[in-house]
Amino acid sequence: MNLDLTFFAEIIAFALFVWLTMRFFWPPLIRAMDERAKKIADGLAAADRAVRDLELAQERAIGILHDAHREAATIVEAASQRANELVERAEKAAVEQAARELQHGREELERAREQARMVLQKDVANLALEAARQIIAQEIDPARHAALLQSVAERLQ
Amino acid sequence: MTPMQYIQEHMQYWQVGRGLLSVHLDTVIVSFALGFLFCGTGIWAARRATSGVPGRVQNFFEIMVAFVDQQVRESFHGRNRLIAPLALTLFAWIWLMNFMDMLPVDLLPRLAHAFGAPHFKAVPTNDLNLTFALSVSVFLLMMFYNFKIKGLRGFGREVLSRPFGWYAAPINLVFRLIEDLAKPLSLSLRLFGNMFAGEMIFVLIAALLPWWVSWIPGLGWTFFHLLIITLQAFIFMMLTIVYLSMAHETH
Repeated sequence: MNLDLTFFAEIIAFALFVWLTMRFFWPPLIRAMDERAKKIADGLAAADRAVRDLELAQERAIGILHDAHREAATIVEAASQRANELVERAEKAAVEQAARELQHGREELERAREQARMVLQKDVANLALEAARQIIAQEIDPARHAALLQSVAERLQ
Repeated sequence: MTPMQYIQEHMQYWQVGRGLLSVHLDTVIVSFALGFLFCGTGIWAARRATSGVPGRVQNFFEIMVAFVDQQVRESFHGRNRLIAPLALTLFAWIWLMNFMDMLPVDLLPRLAHAFGAPHFKAVPTNDLNLTFALSVSVFLLMMFYNFKIKGLRGFGREVLSRPFGWYAAPINLVFRLIEDLAKPLSLSLRLFGNMFAGEMIFVLIAALLPWWVSWIPGLGWTFFHLLIITLQAFIFMMLTIVYLSMAHETH
């Protein structure tokens, strides 16, 4: 067994490999591992935070739902009130309308009756006048009694 | 080829040059190849590393990094960006080199013969040059941090006054010398011895038993040795961390 240049060659090799490992191998891996550990820790913390956030959000959602229910109830109530109002108003309007129509109809009827009466009066007068003329024709001189007949006819109207 | 020749054949390095200026090409080639394999795949994975969902390769390297990081956190009490990557490199590199023992004992030598190598030892950790290169590097780092953290005076005081107090300064110094020299020696010899013995058993199994029966103990020893190579790589890494931690600690 003899010591020779191999010894020095191996010292150089050892130094070289240690340098390579220390420079290019060890630090990136350690850094990656530390970063991953940090990422995992952050992820777990984020998960915890998310669970808390979810609870808060659920509470808030329940609150909002309650509010919505209340609001919907008041809206429904207001709407039904308004509907009743509308129905009432419509009823009143209809009744009024009916009354007006009735009144109108009555007036129409009255006018028609009045007209009919006038026509009948005129017809009766004319008939009476005709009858009277035929009766009187033989005895009355139209020229002489015209003024008298005229005043009678006017009174009939 | 007799068993004796076979064993001797497996004891020889692919040596180029003479004396101090020679090189074990087999050790150098295999160790560099495995080192670049480890660093290359590691850097490749690190470049594509994402802090999102990791892929399989990234997962694998993250497990290794996390494992070594954990060991360093538990054993090393100073603050030093070098220690953890150093420990990872030691563990992975030594494990890969030890793993060459798991390949069939003649596979790499035969391949090397085909390319013209006279001898080939496939397991680089089965070479004292390499194990001492590692342990001496660790020893130099120990000394460097001793001086850097404690200063010349602090380190001198520690060496001379412990463990028996100032009056026994010479004895303290001798104790300290033995202690500190024993560290690299034990580091390298432990690793070398284990790998040497492990490979020797594979060689003996292949040399002494006929081929149609040698695979049974070979398989058994492979399973057992798989534990040993992992354990040896782990021990080397842990002791390095502990030694460097001691170099950082001021009493």
